[in-house]
Amino acid sequence: MTKFATLLIERDFAVPDIRCAGCIAKLEQGLVRDRRIAAARVNFTEKRVHISCTPDADTPELIGAFSLLGFEAHPIGDGPADVDGGASDSRALLRAVAVSGFAMMNIMLLSVSVWSGASGATRDLFHWLSAAIALPTVAYAGKSFFRSAWRAVRRGHTNMDVPISIGVLIATALSLYETATHGPHAYFDGVVMLLFFLLCGRWLDSVMRDRARGGVTALLRNMGTGAMVVEKDETSRWVDATALESGMVMLIAAGERLPADGIMISGTSQLDLSLLTGESAPQAVGPGDSVHAGTLNIEAPIRVRVSATGGDTAIADIARLMGEAAQGKSRYVRIADRAARYYAPAVHTLALLAFAAWMIAGAGWHHSLLIAVAVLIITCPCALGLAVPAAQIVAAGTLMRIGVLVKDGSALERLAEVDRAMIDKTGTLTLGRPVAANLDEADPRARALLLALARASRHPLSEALTRDLAASEMTPTPVEAVKETPGFGVEALWEGRKVTLARPAQPLGGSDLATELAVDDVPVITIRFADALRPDALEAIAGLREAGVEPSILSGDRAAAVAPVARALGLTAQTGMSPQEKLTAIARQTAAGHKVLMIGDGLNDGPALAAGHASIAPGSASDAGKNAADCIFLGDRLMPALKAVRVARRTKAIVRQNFALAIGYNIIAVPLAFLGYVTPLVAAIAMSGSSLIVVGNALRLKGAAR
Amino acid sequence: MNGLLVLIPVALGLGLIGLAAFFWSLRGGQFDDLDGAALRIFVEDEEDAP
Repeated sequence: MTKFATLLIERDFAVPDIRCAGCIAKLEQGLVRDRRIAAARVNFTEKRVHISCTPDADTPELIGAFSLLGFEAHPIGDGPADVDGGASDSRALLRAVAVSGFAMMNIMLLSVSVWSGASGATRDLFHWLSAAIALPTVAYAGKSFFRSAWRAVRRGHTNMDVPISIGVLIATALSLYETATHGPHAYFDGVVMLLFFLLCGRWLDSVMRDRARGGVTALLRNMGTGAMVVEKDETSRWVDATALESGMVMLIAAGERLPADGIMISGTSQLDLSLLTGESAPQAVGPGDSVHAGTLNIEAPIRVRVSATGGDTAIADIARLMGEAAQGKSRYVRIADRAARYYAPAVHTLALLAFAAWMIAGAGWHHSLLIAVAVLIITCPCALGLAVPAAQIVAAGTLMRIGVLVKDGSALERLAEVDRAMIDKTGTLTLGRPVAANLDEADPRARALLLALARASRHPLSEALTRDLAASEMTPTPVEAVKETPGFGVEALWEGRKVTLARPAQPLGGSDLATELAVDDVPVITIRFADALRPDALEAIAGLREAGVEPSILSGDRAAAVAPVARALGLTAQTGMSPQEKLTAIARQTAAGHKVLMIGDGLNDGPALAAGHASIAPGSASDAGKNAADCIFLGDRLMPALKAVRVARRTKAIVRQNFALAIGYNIIAVPLAFLGYVTPLVAAIAMSGSSLIVVGNALRLKGAAR
Repeated sequence: MNGLLVLIPVALGLGLIGLAAFFWSLRGGQFDDLDGAALRIFVEDEEDAP
């Protein structure tokens, strides 16, 4: 191990393509073959790889080690404070679940003896033991409820945690009094069981958010990007996006995204602006043109002098709009909290009523208080606390299997309510990347040659060709001496003849993208590229209509480019819209009483995604889009977006059923408690029974996406 | 009654040991990657590196 004697540094990489056990083995065993990497550990759940490497390994080299194995990796910044914050949150909850679970089992053990007839000194001993276990447990596991209830009360609100906290505290205090006065009933078991079930619900909720956050982090490509910076003496080094300063000269290869705004100083190329403006046709740029961060260089390497970084870029403007738009969404009140608004006062009134009624009936304050506590415990929203998170986590798991990441429970609730869909064109209805349009004109021999040349290059058009040809199970023709010239194309020897895949000698009209295959400089075929509709766009649009969600197009592209798509799908379209205009369009629908579902991918859709009642972005979207959206769907098909709406509606139905079950249980149990028949034994059976029923009902969502 | 004096501490002690073991494994990161743990059984161990 002497070669790792130097100090190692730890790095995290997001690798979205980890899908199976094979990937784990390939990565963990393949990465360590690299001289600089000492150890690699895959976290499958979060689609991350943690590596220990020598300090001289820089980011592009490490990414290169991943791509040698066939994986795309994205560095995760050093300060993922919010990511870790979430994880430690659910870890604290898991600890509380464990503590309350342990305490519940042990107290139950003692309680069973009391129920089966222990009396006198034995019963007192058991009650004291229960108290000794329950008090620290309530203090530790109940912390989060007390804190949240106190916050709500201080601001004059009420939420689910208020009746829970009051119930737990009063029941504990009364049980302690009972124990001290040798009384027959102590509710320690009920109190701790209540905490256990509620914490389970809380924990499920938090796990769901963590998972989605992990998935989203793995998808954030632009995090920690940077550029090759060329120094005055023509040496180049990798500089992180955050460390770029104006005046630096960046070398941007074909297929790279610009990390900062700047002015072109040499080279000519075409830039894909679709993430920035929604425009599908690439823009030709030359020296002197100003170029923007977030655009993709698709043709040839260029040099750009940085003019603005970070907060000064065109993106910053969009970020400001997004911040304003997101405020509307934070006003949404979740179903459980809405229910609590009615539930909490009802519970407290009932308990008070029970106390008053028994006092009037002449039962004495001790007996009356005992009955009031029984009412509080039995009505405590044990099933309610589980009803929503259990249904939502099962639904989110189901959706994850079909490739939809849901950010949190409230996203599912809002998604179920939408009745209008506004859909961006470029990258959302279409694939947002070039697809070969006339491959079927090429004969099999030409196709095999195309694949052989295209797969040797990382140029976006070559990658598009490779993807399409490899999908049709083509075997490439063996070629020799493959050489790529940036800005020109790929060249190789085939049976002693020179074959090239390059820019067409005769430029095509318009801004069409094309590449030409030539044998001995004689053109064989010109392949044209265009952005194509997602394969199931038509079905998905029809499905949305059927679900009562009326779709329309909201595009930043020119009318001429949008028209064919709108016609093919039978949709109305608004075109040439700026981010601000998209926001206004959504606001107009909202004012008319509609709940808008925004589906979009670009940076320019960011504010609209934040403003929509619910929003979905494809996995290929810009980081801003993915951050702003409630759900993200992966893959080339649009159908998952529709399925997300369907599952969300099924979830809403199940949550309603769960509420009905919980209320039905209360209708039976409350009168019993009121009349004083609820002993700790009855409370324990009723609570666990209702919780199990609710969870069982939620599990029915498992097959909802089919 | 004497039996109880032994059995109750034993029962509580066993529970506490279980709780401690759970915390230990939680701190050791065994709950960080639940889906991955299920898949690792399929990973062939590479022939031991020299």
